[in-house]
Amino acid sequence: MQFMLLFSRQGKLRLQKWYVPLSDKEKKKITRELVQTVLARKPKMCSFLEWRDLKIVYKRYASLYFCCAIEDQDNELITLEIIHRYVELLDKYFGSVCELDIIFNFEKAYFILDEFLLGGEAQETSKKNVLKAIEQADLLQEVSHVG
Amino acid sequence: MALKIVKGSIDRMFDKNLQDLVRGIRNHKEDEAKYISTCIDEIKQELKQDNIAVKANAVCKLTYLQMLGYDVSWAAFNIVEVMSSSKFTYKRIGYLAASQCFHESTDVIMLTTNQIRKDLSSPNQYDTGVALTGLSCFVTPDLARDLANDIMTLMSHTKPYIRKKAVLIMYKVFLKYPESLRPAFPRLKEKLEDPDPGVQSAAVNVICELARRNPKNYLSLAPLFFKLMTSSTNNWVLIKIIKLFGALTPLEPRLVYSCVHVVKYLGLLAMSKILKTHPKSVQSHKDLILQCLDDKDESIRLRALDLLYGMVSKKNLMEIVKKLMLHVDKAEGTTYRDELLTKIIDICSQSNYQYITNFEWYISILVELTRLEGTRHGHLIASQMLDVAIRVKAIRAFAVAQMATLLDNAHLLTGNMQRNGICEVLYAAAWICGEFSEHLENPMQTLEAMLRPKVATLPGHIQAVYVQNAAKLFATVLKSQEGNTDSTAAQETSQLMIDRLPLFVQSANLEVQERASCILQLVKYIQKLQQKDVEIAEEVNALFAGELNPVAPKAQKKVPVPEGLDLDAWINEPPSESESEDEQPKAIFAKEEPKHSRPRHTEVDEKELARRREARKQEQANNPFYIKASPSSQKVYQDTPGVEHIPVVQIDLSVPLKVPGLPMSDQYVKLEEERRQKERAEKKKKEKKKRKEKRSGRGKKHDSGPESEEDITPAHQVDIVTEEMPEVNSLDILYFVPLADSEKLPVRSHRETPKSPAEDGDTENAALQEPKKKSTKEKREKKKDKDRDRKVYDIQGNLQDGSQVVVSVIFENKGDSFLKSMEFNVLDSLNSKLQRPDGSGPHDGLTVPFQLPPGVSNEARFVFTVQSIIMPQKLKGTLTFIVKNEDSSTHEKLDFKLHFTCTSYLITTPCYSDAFAKLLESGDLKGSSVRLEGVNMPFHHLLARICFHHHFSVVERIDSCASMYSRSIQGHHVCLLVKTSGQTVSIDAKCDEPTLLGNVLDEIKQTFSQC
Repeated sequence: MQFMLLFSRQGKLRLQKWYVPLSDKEKKKITRELVQTVLARKPKMCSFLEWRDLKIVYKRYASLYFCCAIEDQDNELITLEIIHRYVELLDKYFGSVCELDIIFNFEKAYFILDEFLLGGEAQETSKKNVLKAIEQADLLQEVSHVG
Repeated sequence: MALKIVKGSIDRMFDKNLQDLVRGIRNHKEDEAKYISTCIDEIKQELKQDNIAVKANAVCKLTYLQMLGYDVSWAAFNIVEVMSSSKFTYKRIGYLAASQCFHESTDVIMLTTNQIRKDLSSPNQYDTGVALTGLSCFVTPDLARDLANDIMTLMSHTKPYIRKKAVLIMYKVFLKYPESLRPAFPRLKEKLEDPDPGVQSAAVNVICELARRNPKNYLSLAPLFFKLMTSSTNNWVLIKIIKLFGALTPLEPRLVYSCVHVVKYLGLLAMSKILKTHPKSVQSHKDLILQCLDDKDESIRLRALDLLYGMVSKKNLMEIVKKLMLHVDKAEGTTYRDELLTKIIDICSQSNYQYITNFEWYISILVELTRLEGTRHGHLIASQMLDVAIRVKAIRAFAVAQMATLLDNAHLLTGNMQRNGICEVLYAAAWICGEFSEHLENPMQTLEAMLRPKVATLPGHIQAVYVQNAAKLFATVLKSQEGNTDSTAAQETSQLMIDRLPLFVQSANLEVQERASCILQLVKYIQKLQQKDVEIAEEVNALFAGELNPVAPKAQKKVPVPEGLDLDAWINEPPSESESEDEQPKAIFAKEEPKHSRPRHTEVDEKELARRREARKQEQANNPFYIKASPSSQKVYQDTPGVEHIPVVQIDLSVPLKVPGLPMSDQYVKLEEERRQKERAEKKKKEKKKRKEKRSGRGKKHDSGPESEEDITPAHQVDIVTEEMPEVNSLDILYFVPLADSEKLPVRSHRETPKSPAEDGDTENAALQEPKKKSTKEKREKKKDKDRDRKVYDIQGNLQDGSQVVVSVIFENKGDSFLKSMEFNVLDSLNSKLQRPDGSGPHDGLTVPFQLPPGVSNEARFVFTVQSIIMPQKLKGTLTFIVKNEDSSTHEKLDFKLHFTCTSYLITTPCYSDAFAKLLESGDLKGSSVRLEGVNMPFHHLLARICFHHHFSVVERIDSCASMYSRSIQGHHVCLLVKTSGQTVSIDAKCDEPTLLGNVLDEIKQTFSQC
């Protein structure tokens, strides 16, 4: 996977994760372009589109779009599954997650993503393990806060 | 220094944290840029401080701003500072910021090498984890080179959590620093067999990605992956492995067989699902599926067979069956061979031999199948032979010839009787030869074959058929021989019968014995007559006269009803449940059907039939589960009289009638091709003629290209009794809802919905009331905790005279969103109804006449009509509203319950003691009493509480005894006598409405049980 973007229906970026090093300018350009393309698509349209030499897999959850860019040899369906798994993880962690959770706790959303994906590859497919790792890291954070 | 720290933490209290920043940005819609630039200034100030917490906070905010598109590269060094904090909290933020903001050209990255190395070797696995995660985002060739060794060590870390991260990040390292691949690879390979599935899947991922780039180096891993694929239960891993094999197969075709079988199997399975709905799309893959028949894996072959069943057409049937026959020859293992056999027969015979265009070919196939050794399905072949021979008149001669050969070569089939089911076909062969003996080339030879001593080793039921049909043959032979001048031949035939039959008379099988002795006596009698030179053949033939025709299961309908017989009259009382009218056709033909029952044209019945049809239609129309057949199939068939009139295509003489020895079905494929070509040519000719005739012609173009299904006319036609057709169509009608369900009518029940928080709040506070002159107040708090909007609803019930009740509701918006377009609606009950403006329906909601900005509350009043007040009541309602945020607006709803207690119908009314005494004396009031235990409060408090909560007034109080009074809005008097002794309070009450009183007392009791 090359990168993952989360943005709202209004086109506001809520989360971005780049697994390929790009300059800020380039990132901004890609983001702008993609957000526009995806938002212009009708709800009935399919979740995949080809963009430049990449495949874009996106899915809308409530007002948030989750959007991944994969290479042409990658499997779209498994990417969709990854997106869904991530949403499930967020949902479990925040307890029925909503856009505001991600806005206000955006660093947590990143931490969860980092436990789930690493370098653009799924590193842990067990939801339980991911949440356990996050919980323990959070606990560690609390402890070091107090200490 | 200490002072500084204190000062720092005090300052921090005034700092904005991330949440404040986010909120601030959201509140400064208009001048966002300006707001953010002040924020960035603040952040710059914060970064200048020594306090690492302040810095981390600043960095965290920067990360957010970076996402919004602001340049934060100037803070790169500060990020490194935060990364190197010893505290996990800050380190985490630092790495996050780094992974978001750093890229290859960020120069401070080289400063991080040592820090990252330190973190990687940290005893805390989460420190290591966070460093690995961060590194995966901003790894540069330099970092990769410097850290490759450290990461490699981590691949053997004790914690799987670290191992899997290390394995995954190796991929990034390989990309940046390919030299590391060689030394790291053995360890990576090791990880494929890691005990932890997470690590395993990570290793699969990495190798899969690597292999995609350069497959040939990874071929050696194929066996390992194959093992993984067969053992892994993790779908994610499986997908990756299959993808990996996809990359490897171009280099090593053998792999296709070893791995793709899983995919193949799934594919075939999926196809069979598709076939049910879209047969056309699957048919184009026929060749592919036929290839699957060659697969080594039996389960794949079986799946492919299933598919073939649905794929045949007139055009490809012969080809497919030919292919299958080849497989039958090759097949090892009887199970698969039997499966093939049944499939061949299934495929050919499906939907009334719809796809067979040449029945001689089919008979040849059946005969070829008899050469199968050790199959269990002899009876299947036999029944097919019988079925075809009986129903396809044109084929009989050919079939008889084939069967005669079979009988002649019976010893080939019955080599080993015990485990050979194939001898069943002899049953069919004998019967066909006997029944249609007139077609026999050499009946004498067949007769001899049937009377061989070896026959006695066959199973009893087959012997019986042999004996009976030998008699039929005998009759035929006699007939042919009697015409000759030499009468000895006929006598010799009789002698043959007399010689051979005693063998069967001794049979242990009753059927065989009975038939044999009967026929033996008959033949003996014939012989006697023959010796007297009496011409007997005619009479013997009469024994077996009459042609057997296929009879449809419903042929009975054609039989005229005898006069005076009312079929519709009940013989017994009708059973309560009507039975299904449609019977499944069981036998396609019945041998026992007597000749005179052959269907005849009936006139008597027409009316009756029409009437019944009408009745059935009526019933079907009334049956909601009955799907009507398409009208096109509702052709009228009753005009076609009997089987005699069924068009039977005459046998095509291009097919040789005599096939010496056992036939090869293959030749029919060729012949069929020729025949079709001929047909096409003929058609073309006709077409041309037509065109000549009609120049203006609408004549379709007919090219010699691929023919369509309809173009192929069958060489023979199956006798399908026409009367059957409408019934077959009605079989298309499905009862798709099981009867059991339709019998059980859904019971409408008011289900208890799970309690929402609103309801809980409701019951808790139901009793809280405040006194107010001539009015009651119910205060209820309703909380809704959905997402981020919190709202509190205060509902005040204001009851007035008569049957009208005013409920005032206070809406308070406790959330931070704007609420508008509120609509208040209540589900009316019989007793209580919300008063709606004229012209609106009984289910319409009332618009709340205001909007609610965040933190504002307002009151709205709603009028209810109540008929009876003697029972408490709860009304369910919904409030729908639109939550408007700055960037979105959602439609939400809130369920609530309005609780009308009986108490709330009471109005505090003063009463004088003499009037009170009069009331009690009148005797109109019914009494009731209640005891409250454990009430621990002064008596006057207790009284105040009753007055306060239940709208009573004290009439008189003497020591620990008091009389109280209240009146309902409908004028019921309620009198109480409250006494207390210790902690026990007893209340004697009287009221002219006992139900109301009971409820009020219950409510009082509840009030005190809550305190």
